[in-house]
Amino acid sequence: MSNVIHLKIPLTDDDVVNLRVGDRVSISGIIYTARDAAHKRLVELIDTGKELPFDIRNQIIYYVGPSPARPGRPIGSCGPTTSYRMDVYTPKLLAKGLKATIGKGNRSQSVIEALKQYKAVYFAATGGAAALLARAVKKAEIVAYEDLGAEAIMRLEVENFPVVVANDIYGNDLFREGVAKYERK
Amino acid sequence: MATRTRISASEITEKVSQLCMDANFNLNEDVLDSLRDSYEAEGSPVAKEVFAELIENAKIAHECQMPLCQDTGVAVVFVEIGEGIEIVGGRLYEAIHEGIREGYKKGFLRKSMVKDPLNRINTGDNTPAIIHTEFTPENCLKISFMAKGGGCENMSRLAMLTPADGREGVINFVVETVKIAKANPCPPIIVGVGMGGTFDYAALLAKKSLLRPLGTKHVDPDTANLENEMLERINNSGIGAQGLGGWITAMAVHVERHPCHIASLPVAVNIECHAHRVKTITLVPY
Repeated sequence: MSNVIHLKIPLTDDDVVNLRVGDRVSISGIIYTARDAAHKRLVELIDTGKELPFDIRNQIIYYVGPSPARPGRPIGSCGPTTSYRMDVYTPKLLAKGLKATIGKGNRSQSVIEALKQYKAVYFAATGGAAALLARAVKKAEIVAYEDLGAEAIMRLEVENFPVVVANDIYGNDLFREGVAKYERK
Repeated sequence: MATRTRISASEITEKVSQLCMDANFNLNEDVLDSLRDSYEAEGSPVAKEVFAELIENAKIAHECQMPLCQDTGVAVVFVEIGEGIEIVGGRLYEAIHEGIREGYKKGFLRKSMVKDPLNRINTGDNTPAIIHTEFTPENCLKISFMAKGGGCENMSRLAMLTPADGREGVINFVVETVKIAKANPCPPIIVGVGMGGTFDYAALLAKKSLLRPLGTKHVDPDTANLENEMLERINNSGIGAQGLGGWITAMAVHVERHPCHIASLPVAVNIECHAHRVKTITLVPY
C-alpha cells in the first residue's frame, strides 16, 4: 500500500503534476458538492455566459447528495454518487478551472482526455462508505440551489477526506489497469 | 374461540417506520459475514482496503445510528398477507406509506423519490414505495422492506432471449450485465437473476431473489450449480471492489426461475450494491 499524500485545497498545478493513479490521498480544506441537477444548472450558466455561484478555479467538486444532518452534526451520511452521469458536464467545468472531482466509478474517454488537457484529476472515494466519510466533514453550508434539497450545492470543510487517484493528468486510468491485472480469462 | 384475524393499520405504520431506520442503520449479519470473508479472500491490496472501509463503515453506522449509505433508496416493500387477515383502522398500502414517511423523517434518511420521471420534483417524503403483495395461507402479515439504491438499480438489465439461447445464453447475459456495469453499481455486488415468467415477472423474480440471506444455497441443486457457475464467471472479470480491480466483484448470485411460454426465455438481472439493506417483520393478528 502506498503512503498517503496530504493535499490542501486550493489545488495547484504542482499538486496535480505529482499525482499518479493508485496514490492514496487525504484531502483537507474546502470542497463543493454538486450532482445531477446542480451540474445541469452550472453548465446552463456557462453556456449562456453567466457567472457561476462560486469560483471553481483550483477547486474540487464532490459528487454527493448527503442524507439530512441530525441536530448537532454538520452533515448526514455522505458517500460519493456514480460519476458517469456527470461525464457530459465535466469537461466544461474543467475548462473553467476546476482542478478535481470526487465520485465513484469509471469516467468516459472524453473526461479522461479533458483531465489531460486541463491538468486536472479524478479521485475515487469508496461508494457506500458514507458514515465513515461523514466523519471527515467538519462543517457544511449551502451555497446555491437550496430548492434542490439533497442536490443543493454545499460548501464542505473537510479534514483528511480519504480518496484514491483514479485518473491522473497523464491519461492513466486506475479502473482499466486494476481490472486488467486481476482479470482471469 | 374464533381465529384472530385483525391487524391494525397503526401497528403496520409503526413497524414499517422502524424497518426503514433499522435497515438503513444496521447492516444484517449475513452481509457483514460476507464482507469479512471477502476481506480475507481478496488478493488485491486496494480492494482489501475497500473491504476494511466497508466493515468499519457498518460499525460507525450502527454506533451512530446513521445511514450506511447516503442513498437511503427507493422503498421496495414485499408484503405476504394471509388470506383471512383484516386490516382495521386504515388501509394496508396507506399504512405502509405512512410508515415510510415517518421512518424517513425520524431517521434523517434521504428522500430520493421524484414525482415524475421527466419533471423530477421531489415528493419530499420518499413515497411512493414500490409494493409487491402476495396472498398466503398463513394467518399473519409478513413485511420485507428493502432500501434499494439508485446507482445499482440503474445497472440492471432485462433480455427476452430465445429458447435456443438456453443455459449458456442466460449465463452470458448475466455476466455481460455485470461487465457493462463495471464500477458503477458499487461492487462488491449481489446479483439477482429472474428467469422465466414474462417480461414483468422476470424482473420481479430478480428483485425477490435478493431477499434470500447471503451465504445460503438455493434449495434446487441445479439452480445452486447455475448460481456457482455465474459467480465464478463474474469474479473472473477482475472488476473487484469499487471496480478498482480484484477477485471479488460479486459476493453472491441468486437465481429464481419460473414456468414460461414456449416461445420465451426472459432473463432479468437486478444488481444490488454491497449496502444490501433488507429487514423483515411478521405481524400476528389479534
